[in-house]
Amino acid sequence: MEKFKLNTQEVEVPKDLTRRLLDVIRVDQGLTGTKESCQEGECGACMVLIDDEIYNSCLVPVGNVIGKSVETIEQFKEREIYKRIEEAFVKAGAVQCGFCTPGMVMATYALLKTGEKHSLEDVKLALSGNLCRCTGYQTIFKAVQLLQEEVE
Amino acid sequence: MKITDSVERIDSRAKIRGMAKYIEDKVYPEMLYAKTLRSDHARARINQIKYPECPQGIYVIDSKDVILNNEVSMIDTAMPVFSNETIYYAGEPIALIVGSDKDAVLRYMEGIEIDYILEEDPFFDLDTASKVPSNILTAHTIEKGNLNTIEYDFVLEETFRTPYQEQLYMEKQGMIGRFEEGVIIVEGSMQCPYYILNALKHMTGWNEDRLRVIQATTGGAFGGKEEYPSLLACQVATAAYKLKKPVQLILDRREDIAFSTKRHPARIYVKSYVKNQKIQGMEMEILLDAGGYLGLSDVVLQRALLTMTGAYKVDHLRIEGKTVRTNNVFTGAFRGFGAPQSLYALELHMTHLANRLNLDPMTFRENHFVVEGDPTSTEGIFHEHIPLHELSDKCRKLAEANMASEKKQKWVGYGVAVVPHGGGFTGDGEAAHIKAVVHLRKEADGMVTILVSNVEMGQGAITALSKIVASALEIPISRVKYEIPDTSKVPDSGPTVASRTTMVVGALLYRAALDLKPHLQELGTYTAVESYKKPDYVVWDQETFKGNAYLAYSWVALIARVEVNPLTYEVKCTHIWSCYDVGRPIDEQMSEGQAHGGMIQGLGYALMEHMTSKGGFIEQFAFSSYPIPTPMDIPEMTVEWVINPYEDGPFGAKAVGELTLVGVAPAISAAIEDAIGHETFTIPVTPEIIERTLSVWKNSN
Repeated sequence: MEKFKLNTQEVEVPKDLTRRLLDVIRVDQGLTGTKESCQEGECGACMVLIDDEIYNSCLVPVGNVIGKSVETIEQFKEREIYKRIEEAFVKAGAVQCGFCTPGMVMATYALLKTGEKHSLEDVKLALSGNLCRCTGYQTIFKAVQLLQEEVE
Repeated sequence: MKITDSVERIDSRAKIRGMAKYIEDKVYPEMLYAKTLRSDHARARINQIKYPECPQGIYVIDSKDVILNNEVSMIDTAMPVFSNETIYYAGEPIALIVGSDKDAVLRYMEGIEIDYILEEDPFFDLDTASKVPSNILTAHTIEKGNLNTIEYDFVLEETFRTPYQEQLYMEKQGMIGRFEEGVIIVEGSMQCPYYILNALKHMTGWNEDRLRVIQATTGGAFGGKEEYPSLLACQVATAAYKLKKPVQLILDRREDIAFSTKRHPARIYVKSYVKNQKIQGMEMEILLDAGGYLGLSDVVLQRALLTMTGAYKVDHLRIEGKTVRTNNVFTGAFRGFGAPQSLYALELHMTHLANRLNLDPMTFRENHFVVEGDPTSTEGIFHEHIPLHELSDKCRKLAEANMASEKKQKWVGYGVAVVPHGGGFTGDGEAAHIKAVVHLRKEADGMVTILVSNVEMGQGAITALSKIVASALEIPISRVKYEIPDTSKVPDSGPTVASRTTMVVGALLYRAALDLKPHLQELGTYTAVESYKKPDYVVWDQETFKGNAYLAYSWVALIARVEVNPLTYEVKCTHIWSCYDVGRPIDEQMSEGQAHGGMIQGLGYALMEHMTSKGGFIEQFAFSSYPIPTPMDIPEMTVEWVINPYEDGPFGAKAVGELTLVGVAPAISAAIEDAIGHETFTIPVTPEIIERTLSVWKNSN
């Protein structure tokens, strides 16, 4: 039986290899921190890490993650870097309805882990695959910039 | 704590960690999944539905299963829970197909055949529909002064059009129905638990002992979860009662965009009579496309009409409005509630008037600003201090440095708008219809619990209301708890709409806190109860539309800067400067978050959110075809406050949420006009519209 790593567990891949990774995460495994919104790879609400790179899990057939390591917010929130991201999001007031937030956290991490300091334009580009209807993004940019100040 | 202390949003950490449970995240034992069977036509009668034989575990729930009344009670009861004969719009729900396996439900649905008899008179075009008297659902006229007696030296007459706008909350519509121990329990994403309870009462004929509505964490709403969830709630309640199992209905994103309510397309006619650079009188007419059912459209129309003169004193007026039935999807509440349409037209018209008079558009507006003591368009009195000049001065100063250095640059433009938004229900609605009641309970352990039916949907209600209570009681905010709205536990403090939660419900909680305060040190529990009382200064006649249309007005002055690409006509909005009077912001960071979010929804309305209907079907029904602003579209946003405490608001607070959206589209439109040198009459101002505007001009010259 083919497997992939989901957070700390080895998970068997379902028979239907075209099943969306998002459904395996949310429905089969009951990990609901990853959200479904647009259902077509436009919004980033379902963003997860696959071998530490960000992907929209609604676009990934589960057969393509065999042997790989998938990390969702449930595990990611235990990491040290997550704690800094959470503090910055809280401090900047970057959360309103919260539905885009776990995905935004993932996109923020992908930018931060480069270890470099980025311009506001770079921040916008890094978050451009993640849509938010509440905040107008300004406070999310601010959160990322707060995190960048720590990089200096 | 003090109201001026900054606080951490109470719900933020659970949401960041992905631990907040939205309705799609909930699972109950034996829960079934439902999918909606919808009409393929916009105007038809159902002759016959051929269902394939039901495999084990698949159920069809339709109008025959409705307990008593197959009607969704909103303002009227015309909309059925499940259509059983006549179809008024494409996608109208006919049945729920329910089963434990989603894929099996979808496979079963493929085999269903519906035989329709098509009606010959569908209406999809607002103008055409409005010419047929039977399509006019409601109509109102507001008159003031006497237009026949005025003198004028020129007239400007214009017609504007605004399109659909989809709320596009990130969390789709969703609801779970359960039937437990004789009680129907409906849980879901919603703004108005008691609207749903009332709809369930009407549908079942039961009383509230056997009906219960619970709000789940709500992932954005913006009006889209005001009335529409009542329909979904009636459907899942019917299914859960019939099957005696939990039933979950989550709309697909494409279903949600195509078939749930959205902002009304509108046609707005404005005519001004001008003498000595002053408006002497105005005539206006607004038509709203209500779609197949009235829903809340007449309430939306009333706000559109009552705000039609915006921030200006106009002595002679005739304002008419109609809701028009078409066979398009039914339209409803969306942040601003009629005001974005009427104020887009008014504000752009003001700019056009200023251009004709060769006056600065802000100066022309300032010459017409209302002041305290002035009569309103409905012959009420503005009874509060109105700091419009402070707002326009401050806003202009913020933008001035840029404006002065760039004024003559081609393809760069600046546009202004100044708009009000009235807080709370229109007229005497708060006292006559809503009759809000709040409870504030001191627990035996010393905690204080807020019991209201107003929900957190992202706007910060939990934190704002907790802060009001903690500040009034002078206790740490950590001692205040907020009970998640559940109609079996909280009183009816009204719906979470009309920018009323902080201003109206917050004020009741403030008064409840003052009542509770002397009892804080007592043993045991104590519950303070407060009910809404109409302030003496609110006089309103709903029959004649005379009096004070709103309790209090919030105001904003905006300046937008755009750059238009001369080769592609793409528009980049680079900066919006904004100055607000929201009384006193309860929390500056959260209010700023509302301002940013509202401005960006307004920017989407102005520039990119293009939505059309063809044959009654929404043509852009996915994120990929209906673009909303992304991080790349975000201008710099400057937000400033003028503090102007409202005596009946908690700590002086007034309405915030909707105000932030309504002025943005006309400000950006005016900026584009400034950049391209020509007038526009519709939104979104896409490159195609600019291209057309410029070529019409080129061809006619």
